[in-house]
Amino acid sequence: MELSGCQILIETLIEQGVTTIFGYPGGQVLNIYDELYKNRDRIHHVLTAHEQGASHAADGYSRASGEVGVCIATSGPGATNLITGLATAKADSIPMVAITGNVPMELIGSDSFQEVDTFGLSIPVTKHSFRVDRVDMLAQTVREAFRIAKSGRPGPVLVDIPKNIQIDKTAYTPRGISEKTPDAKPDTALLDQALGMIHESKRPVIYCGGGVINANCSEIITKLTEKLDAFMVCSMMGLTAMDNDHPKYLGMSGMHGRFAATKAISECDLVIAAGIRFADRATGNRTKFAAGAKIIHLDVDVAEHGKNIDANLQIPGDLHFALSYIASKLEPQKHPAWEETVQAYQKKPKDVCVPEGYLLPWQVIFAVNRKAPPDTNIATDVGQHQMWVAQHYHFKKARTLQTSGGLGTMGYGMGAAIGAAVATGKRTVLFTGDGSFGMNLNELATAVSQKLPLVIVVFNNGVLGMIRQWQNLFFENHFMSSNLQRKTDFVKLAEAFGATGLRAANGPQLEEALEQAFALDTPVLIDCLMPPEENVFPMVPPNGSLENIILE
Amino acid sequence: MGNDNTQQFAVSIIVSNQSGTLTRISSLFSQRNFNIDSFTCGETVDPEISRMTITATGDANKQDQLLKQISKLYDVKKVELMTTDNTILRELLIAKINATGESLQTVLEAANVFRSKVVDMSPDSVCIEITGESSKLNAFLTYVAPYGILEYCRTGLIAVERGKKCLYGVE
Repeated sequence: MELSGCQILIETLIEQGVTTIFGYPGGQVLNIYDELYKNRDRIHHVLTAHEQGASHAADGYSRASGEVGVCIATSGPGATNLITGLATAKADSIPMVAITGNVPMELIGSDSFQEVDTFGLSIPVTKHSFRVDRVDMLAQTVREAFRIAKSGRPGPVLVDIPKNIQIDKTAYTPRGISEKTPDAKPDTALLDQALGMIHESKRPVIYCGGGVINANCSEIITKLTEKLDAFMVCSMMGLTAMDNDHPKYLGMSGMHGRFAATKAISECDLVIAAGIRFADRATGNRTKFAAGAKIIHLDVDVAEHGKNIDANLQIPGDLHFALSYIASKLEPQKHPAWEETVQAYQKKPKDVCVPEGYLLPWQVIFAVNRKAPPDTNIATDVGQHQMWVAQHYHFKKARTLQTSGGLGTMGYGMGAAIGAAVATGKRTVLFTGDGSFGMNLNELATAVSQKLPLVIVVFNNGVLGMIRQWQNLFFENHFMSSNLQRKTDFVKLAEAFGATGLRAANGPQLEEALEQAFALDTPVLIDCLMPPEENVFPMVPPNGSLENIILE
Repeated sequence: MGNDNTQQFAVSIIVSNQSGTLTRISSLFSQRNFNIDSFTCGETVDPEISRMTITATGDANKQDQLLKQISKLYDVKKVELMTTDNTILRELLIAKINATGESLQTVLEAANVFRSKVVDMSPDSVCIEITGESSKLNAFLTYVAPYGILEYCRTGLIAVERGKKCLYGVE
């Protein structure tokens, strides 16, 4: 069967199980869009307001569903607009495939209209990238892109297709989905060694990162935590690794981690680190991180071993296999003294009292938490609100959080929430700040046109809160460029986009707004007015440790 | 981390001969803040496969990370650290020296001692080609420096393991 390049592209995408694409048309992808038109009953194309939104949506779709998210953009500015989204997905190991059109091959290098070196630009922000220079390579390249995206440590892959390749014809033979390459089996001798260390431990902590979620290890990690009678601490990427209401779950440690979690890491005698890379924000000063503990590091990526931390035992390979092996061979343990010690830390920070007359961040998070069904997907942007959500929201299921951890991309949230809502077909909540929201609020248009049940909770404190917090703590209150002094009316803004806009300035108003928002199946924005002075605590200053922790 | 002293090391990399491979490898060095001291690349017995030799400087941790990060790249088939005691290391240097009369004699004698070859002579300059390990090339340059080096050009190191064992291709 002879097909054109763009027909082959669509066929291979469908072959790979793709049902949804996020994208934006342009000159060098018009042929592909014509095929999308002809196949609109087979692939749902979501038109975003900006290619960056499409890239974050593909990322959010992937995080929510576990499937490879796909986005498409034209050459030149279309491709450059994808870069932030690709870098975000790379930093958090999210499987994604980005398709870009490019000028015909005979024009490449001539600085033609909307031409940029997409391939070159993509290199540092993708796991891998391809430029297809022969149509007979196209199908195999797309298949390979999907395999690479989901195998090993997942990541984004870009496929750049010049226009002449989209038009050229070649024989096409349908194939099945590209399977993920199985991860290498960890060395069982090392796992037995790990078991020895675990059996000797009196104060164990299981430390989870995003790898636990990527490898679908929630169930086994919960089982292991219980059998070992350990506490579970996580990085931000690992927040949904376990039911947050589990008695052994301590939550996030690190710069803005919960006190008990940070304390448990610094006082334990064993860290079983699973799918985690010991990033600077998570560890603080690495020489003081878990200083009294032995560390067993389980990660599929061999290069993570020894990169940030020299673990006592490094076990590369299949995380699920490693955890299952350990859990099955482990003698059930009881650590009552450790239990008692850590339980005491959990009560340490004083109870939050809720003042009347205005909203406090955690008050809003608690209210949404009460209102939203347990499987609700929560997206965030980046900044203070993100840390508060990480500290206070109780996630019940893996993959219910879409947040930019590694790259810390402000403006990520709108696209990601759209991606999650499209993937799940369910109501999704976006927590954002007035700063972050300002970056990609144009995607409100997408949420409206797609009629998505999206609740956008804007923490509107009139400042760039996290910048302000650092200026407050470390720069003698020199509030340079953190006081927004804008006159944006978010309620009117939402309405201008065709969404519903609501405002809440206190508890009762918030409850009422949430009541309304959760009754609608279309996008709703709740403008939550908050004081600008709130800081995120606890805070371990950069490169600090527990001894530098600021509690309030 | 990595308290060991920094030292120079050579890494051989077998890659698929595709457009963009070189960019990807050099991009990795800037992404990870590794410095390339020298770089060579050429075709192998199999025209689809290229072989690169990179020398870099760093401590044991940096060395370990470099090898692991390179090995993760899609186009990389194999990467190996070339240990000095079991490796033939060679570099080629062509030096143009500003030498006439008596100084020319001294330079030619040095060239002879270093077992190098005169490849060009003009009334007021001489071009000398020399191969060997980098330390030998450095020693030669130091010796002739007082006579005036006009310019020189070095290929960077290539490295092959001693014995029958091959890095790639022979199963």
